[in-house]
Amino acid sequence: MTQAIEVRDLTRRFGTFTAVDAISVDVGKGEVFGFLGANGAGKTTAIKMLIGLLEPTGGSARVAGFDVLTQSEDVRRRIGYMSQRFSLYDDLTMRENITLYGGIYGLSDEDIRTRGDELLGGLGMMHTADTLVGTLPLGWKQKLAFSVAMLHRPAVVFLDEPTGGVDPVTRRQFWEMIYAAASRGTTVFVTTHYMDEAEYCDRLSIMVDGRIAAMGTPAALKAEFGVASIDEVFVRLARPSAAAAAGG
Amino acid sequence: MASPGRFHALGAFVVKELRHILRDRQTLIILLLIPLAQVVLFGFAIRTDVTDIRLAVVDPAPDDASVALRTRFSGNERFRIVATTTTIDALEPLFRRGGADVALVIAPGLSRSLAAGTTARLQLISDASNPNTGSTMQTYASAVIVGWQRDLMAEAMTGSARTAVAPAVLIEPRVRMLFNPTLESVNLFVPGLIALVLTLVSAQMTAISLSREKERGTLEILLVSPLRPWQIIVGKVAPYLLLAFANVVTALVAAWLVFDVPFRGSLTLLLASSALYALVGLALGTLIAARTGSQLTAMTASMMGTMLPTTLLSGMIFPIASLPLPLQVVSNLVPARWFIVIVRGIMLKGAGVVHLWQELLVLTVMLVVLMVAAIRSFRARLA
Repeated sequence: MTQAIEVRDLTRRFGTFTAVDAISVDVGKGEVFGFLGANGAGKTTAIKMLIGLLEPTGGSARVAGFDVLTQSEDVRRRIGYMSQRFSLYDDLTMRENITLYGGIYGLSDEDIRTRGDELLGGLGMMHTADTLVGTLPLGWKQKLAFSVAMLHRPAVVFLDEPTGGVDPVTRRQFWEMIYAAASRGTTVFVTTHYMDEAEYCDRLSIMVDGRIAAMGTPAALKAEFGVASIDEVFVRLARPSAAAAAGG
Repeated sequence: MASPGRFHALGAFVVKELRHILRDRQTLIILLLIPLAQVVLFGFAIRTDVTDIRLAVVDPAPDDASVALRTRFSGNERFRIVATTTTIDALEPLFRRGGADVALVIAPGLSRSLAAGTTARLQLISDASNPNTGSTMQTYASAVIVGWQRDLMAEAMTGSARTAVAPAVLIEPRVRMLFNPTLESVNLFVPGLIALVLTLVSAQMTAISLSREKERGTLEILLVSPLRPWQIIVGKVAPYLLLAFANVVTALVAAWLVFDVPFRGSLTLLLASSALYALVGLALGTLIAARTGSQLTAMTASMMGTMLPTTLLSGMIFPIASLPLPLQVVSNLVPARWFIVIVRGIMLKGAGVVHLWQELLVLTVMLVVLMVAAIRSFRARLA
């Protein structure tokens, strides 16, 4: 397997509207890839195609070495997913959520127990293992949701705005978890609206109107546009008129 | 990767679903008590059989025969004679103030006509402001008269008659209420209630619980996982099927204990048919959840799409034959219409598969069609 994600001319049309317009992306193994774009740029549609929730109209995509269209079951076993909405069950305890996802991904009872302990220990949440998830603070929930998405040790994990509404300290802890996962070889494909987070990525792409308008390392992108931050790169690409007015 | 974990995965999913149900104590208790409450409420409150019928008798010229007939009525446990007058004019004010339910008007000369073998003239008038009870009371009153007439004939044959009766051949209408000789409406309601409770638990609860997952975003996580659509549907449905079984048994026991409703057929067949019907409901609930956007819409849609037809178009309360023709045609699409025939057949007539295979076949076809549609729209509407 050369690349963890290989996307070629991936397209999705809804009627006459082209939400995703022939995008091509390669993401390497163990890379943290930031997938940026304004609301409505087509990010969510692109992710849905990559994780098999939506069929592409054209082009192709391979995730973890398997074609998303023809080998979707192989893809599903090897990916983790955390959506922008909270993805655990509020009326189950932490341990019950872990048992559920472990079971769904076909882990043995023993694996579920040892990995569950490891996970809870790592988060420092062992003492709340039997607490209903609904009673936990949001930051804890998001960290737990990420750990649960990593429980079956996926090759690629997709995070769709994982830190929305989370306080800065917890966001930082969250990104430490992302780095730790990447250092163990998991590819991380993450969307965010926080531009400081975009700076943490190995590489990133910025989507505008269904196309990838720019792609590269944060340093390379800043150099290319001659600006000091990814925030400015983003504003120039995503809202050219506003940038022109502000920049004079 | 082979799939040794496939049933393990399904098991984990079912356990999760059971936890949801058990954890929501209030809903669970309500769901378990519903059949009990419904049987008791429907049984007592919405009975259409009539017990205490207040009878007014107009007997302008009393003779042996008319007195005998009056005695016959006063001796009947369902009737209570509240007024005896000699003129028919007294009836109208009586009916108007609701003082009587039925009036029996005896033409003068009853003894004479009986002896001569000419037509004896009797008139029954009932308060039909409630048409159902009105006709029921008529039926009871006619039955009393027919019974009296039959006894008179018998007495005439054996010569023990106190009233002279001509040995003429009188045409005797034989009115017999098959399978429900005492016209107990509760016997007819219980099968309908079982259908109603099953619809509630299967169609509505599945629609709600599935659309809740959709609304919260957990469904997306499940769809991204290796679980297949059929596993998600089966996992959702299995726990509610258990609940449905509990409900059927509760309804039957309540009906038997409180109302003495007979059970003449096979319990196994009834439970199997109930499972089939519950599956139809569950498939329908899944379909509704897949096609609607929010929990609220799903709830309203399942209410309109399942509960209303089950109550109104299934023959549970209104006989299918008395519906207007277009609605009769529509009623064929209502699963409960077929299920109620099955339950009534099993409970009241002791019918077996031989008699009910057509209805069972219809339900099976409905199940297959709905299941395929549910899994399809589930796959198509992933987002």
